[in-house]
Amino acid sequence: MTEVDVKLIAEGIKTAIDKISCEVEPSCFAALSAARDSEKNPTTRFALDVMCKNVAYAQQAHLPVCQDTGMVVVFLKIGQDVKLTGGFLDDAVNGGVREAFAPLRKSVLDPVSRVNTKDNTPAVIHTSIVRGDKIQAEIMLKGFGSENMSQLYMLNPAQGLETAKDLIVRTVESAASNPCPPVIIGVGLGGTFEKCAEMSKHALFRKIGSDNPDPVLDALEKELLGRINSLGIGAQGFGGATTALGVFIESYPTHISSLPVAVNVLCHCSRAAKFTVDEGGVSHE
Amino acid sequence: MSETRLRMPFDKEELKRLKAGDNVLLSGEMFVFRDAGHKRLFASIEAGKPDIDYVGETVYFMGPCPAQKGQIMGSCGPTTSCRMDKYTPYMFDHGLAAQVGKGKRSKECVDAFVRNGGVYFAAIGGAGALYSKCVTAVKEICYPDLGTEAIRRITVKDFPVVVAIDSTGASIYKD
Repeated sequence: MTEVDVKLIAEGIKTAIDKISCEVEPSCFAALSAARDSEKNPTTRFALDVMCKNVAYAQQAHLPVCQDTGMVVVFLKIGQDVKLTGGFLDDAVNGGVREAFAPLRKSVLDPVSRVNTKDNTPAVIHTSIVRGDKIQAEIMLKGFGSENMSQLYMLNPAQGLETAKDLIVRTVESAASNPCPPVIIGVGLGGTFEKCAEMSKHALFRKIGSDNPDPVLDALEKELLGRINSLGIGAQGFGGATTALGVFIESYPTHISSLPVAVNVLCHCSRAAKFTVDEGGVSHE
Repeated sequence: MSETRLRMPFDKEELKRLKAGDNVLLSGEMFVFRDAGHKRLFASIEAGKPDIDYVGETVYFMGPCPAQKGQIMGSCGPTTSCRMDKYTPYMFDHGLAAQVGKGKRSKECVDAFVRNGGVYFAAIGGAGALYSKCVTAVKEICYPDLGTEAIRRITVKDFPVVVAIDSTGASIYKD
């Protein structure tokens, strides 16, 4: 049994948010720069150039990349040999969020009264118990221009994978310019309603350009990326070659009656990071 | 792709010369507000006493980050315009000159731009840090309790936008 003080998790969350609010995930920035270099449409190239300059300036001046510093989404994999001490885990996560958001935009409110919580808490926290004696954290600042364009479909088995593919492409097509393309697409296939949505979110942590370890899903990702980029929506919806930087799929067995499909849309500014907490402290990736 | 420098408030004749796809650098003053600001402004309009006079003005759909050390305004890129489609035809029919935001607009909005010689500009979504450099002054106008969604008036210099929908209804976006 390894004891881990939840204060370390709070510290990890705060440090990660300080960084990612101002620094786009490196594989995403590289893909965005490549999209600019290859774009032929002059207006779209102008837009991509502004987007790249913004990412570089935000990082250099340590300013929020986008005014929508998002809602915080955290996935915590907790080793079953860890004993958490020093307080309640969710309070520690939200404490880190509260501290980190002091200089950032507070975008979180009650859905009924629309009254702001004034500190961007609570975060959306997904915990799972895994083997081992450490905690692996993945954290994302999720903007809602893109979140609003996300969809979940409960297909029946007769509709099958072909319909699923068409709907994934159509989701990006109907989102068009709204989610600040070029977008990153997370897809959940299978599971239940909520499992499917959660997988589509978690898929967004993949590095741009990485292969899916499952060759069938990898081929599907590449096919979908090709189809999405042939839509011609382009950066900011101005037309052009790059509508998406990546398509990432996670799957899980589902029921004989169903084919759940979730499509989570992310903008061109992926603000995501990973860190690990163990006896020795916090190590950021 | 031509680049034009324009001052706000706009000269209506200048607005009519703009074509979808033109690059424009905006300077001058404009209102800034988004979802909650529109909702409350419309409550004041319905009550017969509008809280701001927007005749001849420009509205930028944006809710800023707090200003960081040394900044006049924090990161301040556009938010998705279609959420304000519901309010847009009325505002153009009652004198609004232009809007700045991101993304496609409804047919009712495009019709209102054409009917009134209005223009819709697209700012580059996500470019919040860069846009903050263009802001030279900020005034709080009303609804401070709405925080980032309050109505503000900002002065900008060489604020880069693209004409997304021009006064003839031509659009940079595909149907």
